[in-house]
Amino acid sequence: MSFLSGLLRLRRGPWENLATVLIALGVVMLMQPFFLWAYTWSFLVTLLGTVMFIITSHFPE
Amino acid sequence: MTNPIDIAAKATPAPVARRVRGLSDRAIAWIFVTPTIFLLLAINIFPLIWTVRLSFTNYAANRPGREVEWVGLRNYTRILTDAGTWENMQTTAHFLIWTIVLQVVIGFTLAWLINRKFKGNDLLTTLIVIPMMLSPAVVGNFWTFLYQPQIGLFNYVVELVTGTPASSFSMLGPGGLAKWSIIIVDTWMWTPFVMLICLAGLRSIPDYIYEAAEVDRASKWRQFWTITVPMVLPFLMLAVLFRGIENFKMFDMVVLLTGGGPGNETLLASIDLKREAFEKWRTGYSSAYAIILFVTVFGLASIYVKALNKVKER
Repeated sequence: MSFLSGLLRLRRGPWENLATVLIALGVVMLMQPFFLWAYTWSFLVTLLGTVMFIITSHFPE
Repeated sequence: MTNPIDIAAKATPAPVARRVRGLSDRAIAWIFVTPTIFLLLAINIFPLIWTVRLSFTNYAANRPGREVEWVGLRNYTRILTDAGTWENMQTTAHFLIWTIVLQVVIGFTLAWLINRKFKGNDLLTTLIVIPMMLSPAVVGNFWTFLYQPQIGLFNYVVELVTGTPASSFSMLGPGGLAKWSIIIVDTWMWTPFVMLICLAGLRSIPDYIYEAAEVDRASKWRQFWTITVPMVLPFLMLAVLFRGIENFKMFDMVVLLTGGGPGNETLLASIDLKREAFEKWRTGYSSAYAIILFVTVFGLASIYVKALNKVKER
């Protein structure tokens, strides 16, 4: 619940965690050997996570 | 007036002294920082923006006279739907995962053993970290000799241990061993780095925590899992991220060892990118490729900085 309320109140911690998960997911999608569609969408996911990380690292604690 | 600062102040010509006195701290700070900012813009930021621009075109650097067409996202869609590039990413992943796993396991074990007090501890630490200090070009070259099937020491040792004839296999030739040969060399070279970071983590654990655990009759096994591992984990995460970023960009050592071969067996993404840019001269396409790799490394670096800050907070 605190994670969700942190997201709603635009707090740095939860948003950074979400961005980190997106970056990690993007990297896994880029390198996994199972689904070509996941590889195709990997860049967009990583880019979204990275941009989100840059923006949310300026949010208040 | 014997103070050296006073002497220096007196020796400064009056007009210079007046000018320096007139500058605020902020202005002096800007004077020092401006050349660095200028260099950063010229060497890092401008090429990056230029690469982003080129990634949306069909520009070829070996045909400067040709008209450059705007192709939109075509370069990106081609890369991200190409099975060959996907395979290279998997080769990179294979290299990345195995090097990290081996380096963490061996590095942590070495750090744990070195952390004990024994005679010759310092000498052993120095000997262990030597590979890390060598140039990747040197390492690539001399491991090529070590991997020689006829005269190489590596094949000879394998024959000694397993009984497999030394000349019956080639680590760098066809047969599926090339992928492992680059993993072995990278592990040999960079395990000491992981060991040093783990050692820093182990030495940061205060003795009184272990003493309290002893009082509570915690076994050595329990102390290891409930004190040592959690306390070293942030340091280990740092080492994993650092090695992950470095190995994602790995180029020099693998080029010298295998050149991406045999076939495409060790063709890492960075080597493929170099081929696209400077052998096939598809500059626009390779710019898009570079941006994809850059965003991935930048994302990983962001996590790295976050992990680093967490370690600093401890």
